[in-house]
Amino acid sequence: MNFTADHFALFDLPRVFRLDSGLLEQRYRDLQAQVHPDRHAAGSDSDRRLSLQWATRVNEAAQTLKSPLSRAQYLLRLAAHDLGNGAPQPLPTDFLIEQMEWREAVAEARAAGDHHELEHLRHRLRHDIDQRYAEVAELLDDRHDYPQAADRVQRLMFIEKLVDEIDDGLAACDP
Amino acid sequence: MALLQIAEPGESAAPHQHRLAVGIDLGTTNSLVATVRSGLSVVLGDEFGRPLLPSVVRYLPDGQPQVGYEAQEAQALDPRNTIVSVKRFMGRGLADIAHREDLPYHFHDQPGMLRLITAAGPKSPVEVSADILRHLRLRAEASLGGALIGAVITVPAYFDDAQRQATKDAARLAGLPVLRLLNEPTAAAIAYGLDNAAEGVYAVYDLGGGTFDISILRLSRGIFEVLATGGDSALGGDDFDHRIYCWILETAELQPLSVEDARMLLTRAREAKEYLTLHGVAPISAQLKSGERIDLKLSTEIFTEITRTLVAKTMQPVKKALRDAGLSISDVKGVVMVGGATRMPQVQRAVGEFFQQAPLNNLDPDKVVAIGAATQANLLAGNRAAGDDWLLLDVIPLSLGLETMGGLVEKIIPRNATIPTSRAQEFTTYRDGQTALAMHVVQGERELVSDCRSLARFELRGIPPMVAGAARIRVTFQVDADGLLAVAAREQSSGVEASIIVKPSYGLSDDEIAGMLKDSLLHVKEDAQQRALKETQVEAQRLTEAVSNALSSDGELLDADERQRIDDGLIRLRTVIENNNRRQIMLAMDELEADTKEFAARRMNKSIRRAFAGRHINDLDASSRLTTGEYE
Repeated sequence: MNFTADHFALFDLPRVFRLDSGLLEQRYRDLQAQVHPDRHAAGSDSDRRLSLQWATRVNEAAQTLKSPLSRAQYLLRLAAHDLGNGAPQPLPTDFLIEQMEWREAVAEARAAGDHHELEHLRHRLRHDIDQRYAEVAELLDDRHDYPQAADRVQRLMFIEKLVDEIDDGLAACDP
Repeated sequence: MALLQIAEPGESAAPHQHRLAVGIDLGTTNSLVATVRSGLSVVLGDEFGRPLLPSVVRYLPDGQPQVGYEAQEAQALDPRNTIVSVKRFMGRGLADIAHREDLPYHFHDQPGMLRLITAAGPKSPVEVSADILRHLRLRAEASLGGALIGAVITVPAYFDDAQRQATKDAARLAGLPVLRLLNEPTAAAIAYGLDNAAEGVYAVYDLGGGTFDISILRLSRGIFEVLATGGDSALGGDDFDHRIYCWILETAELQPLSVEDARMLLTRAREAKEYLTLHGVAPISAQLKSGERIDLKLSTEIFTEITRTLVAKTMQPVKKALRDAGLSISDVKGVVMVGGATRMPQVQRAVGEFFQQAPLNNLDPDKVVAIGAATQANLLAGNRAAGDDWLLLDVIPLSLGLETMGGLVEKIIPRNATIPTSRAQEFTTYRDGQTALAMHVVQGERELVSDCRSLARFELRGIPPMVAGAARIRVTFQVDADGLLAVAAREQSSGVEASIIVKPSYGLSDDEIAGMLKDSLLHVKEDAQQRALKETQVEAQRLTEAVSNALSSDGELLDADERQRIDDGLIRLRTVIENNNRRQIMLAMDELEADTKEFAARRMNKSIRRAFAGRHINDLDASSRLTTGEYE
């Protein structure tokens, strides 16, 4: 195990999108139990410095792999299909129009402080997102079609941002 | 005849020597110090057996400051020089302080942190806190009979970087090595969780004298994982006192008061608040300097009414923390109540109603934080016993970011990220030939820089002249296990390391601290050089123990030459420790640190493999001669 190993290797997990999240959680804890600064507080300066670096590294890796969006982005990066690599492909017009409609609906509900409508939108969006991740899983794990996967991930970045906006709106609605 | 124990080089003569470490709850109203004794966390009382130390310091024209009960008794007589609730001023400028017109102090606004003008001269909140910490250190040393290896000091979870740094500086001034800054609700969760073998999601509602925290934790199989935290670092029992005080002024139709009268009425307000915990009506009687008498009765109903908005104010962060954790009320298995202010019946009722369950009050809300801190201090000092293999995973309470164009904040590390953590972000130049870049680090959740707390300003110089947008400047934020931030920046494309100039926009510079250290030692009956020597000896002792332990557990990772060099270094350090020559000790420590650097790296690799031992033994590096039998 070396410091520059990829996040999957760090947790000794297969490099796939369909990750066993329970196993990730367990291996994350096993690793932190060894490297966390609290375990090295009585050590030498070198011990403590290394422990800080490793615990930071383990947290970063777990953070990246836990969220499906960042996990997909990371897999694409490992496959040299980084979304930041070169100009992103333009998204089709129908997708963009659909996104604008969603965005308007969210903005309206936020302006009206309509808690119920925001919850409803969130629920519908969540359903849509789940289906899209199922497609990403197939493209990445089964078909290894990285250009297609990159396109789907780019769309998901839009949609996840929309969920964040709904969450902000829900937070603002709280009495 | 007793046999002499002869230690082999590299073996500690007393491998299981108990290292003295304490947990300190540095509270707004009261402070405590606790330690683990024969496996049990105990609060160390004063010579009268009183566990609490009022966080009150009185400065006299000369001599040592009074700390604790003595100072508290003098506060109505000498309000200007008697500092109470100094925690509210930590890492704060004058503009940050609410109700400052009602406070009796002479403030002096200084960039970064305010100062209090006392009979003993201007005092920074860090110095006042250091006087409290020193008092507790001396109490602990007297009680435990030796120098402390270090302390875990608790801070509100919602403390920002400036407030945390100020707390660490205060410990440094007080001559206390800090093992860790620990969040108060997390400390309470440790005490509660270990005591009750709790498993599941718990909320810790911590309303102290001046701060409010809410933390949501998951407790499972010896791991305390903070999922989200929130709070208000300027909301606490003091504000309830202030509401009663305002009610007295209004009801008795009083004219503007002298500082002495104001302080006295605030004390009456606090007493009334405490009385209402067990009674329905509190009498408030006082005589002003003018001779005017006040006789009022405050009922629970009125008290509840005038503090309704304060209680409601605590519920906003509770909702936010639950949302951040991605949980709902039904996921919460128990709500642990911490802090003296949670004794108020209206607070208990509001929390119970919100979580739809009775809050847990089975631990003393005044002591639980210090007890948890002592437990962690014991573990960090290396006094691990069987069953002590629990681990704490905490988070950063507020997002960290950089100012970008137009006064907007670019978030680099989001709130509730598990610490330690680091993130890097790339920036570029916007003018041709630009050789410097100014950076402004802020903390907070708002989009505008002006709504966040300014932490530091950096200037990156020496960027080679390039066309606009060609430079690649990588800025790295690192947050350590204390929740403290360090920022580094370098220009990538040219390979040139650019220098950073740090201008902290808060807190104290190293020079200021050195000056305060000198000043404080003039007034303390301790020899500065003697103290410094003792500290270095404790530190050297710690290092020899750390290296000896490493050799006995992982000595096989070294070849004969490497082993010999480390053994020699250990012998050299052990020899000079007794010489009372601080310089020699430090030199020997530096040598030993350098000789064990590579060893430390190999040991870390070994422990990482250990995390996977028993799963894929064949995949592991065979040279380390690993067998599953070596591990539990």
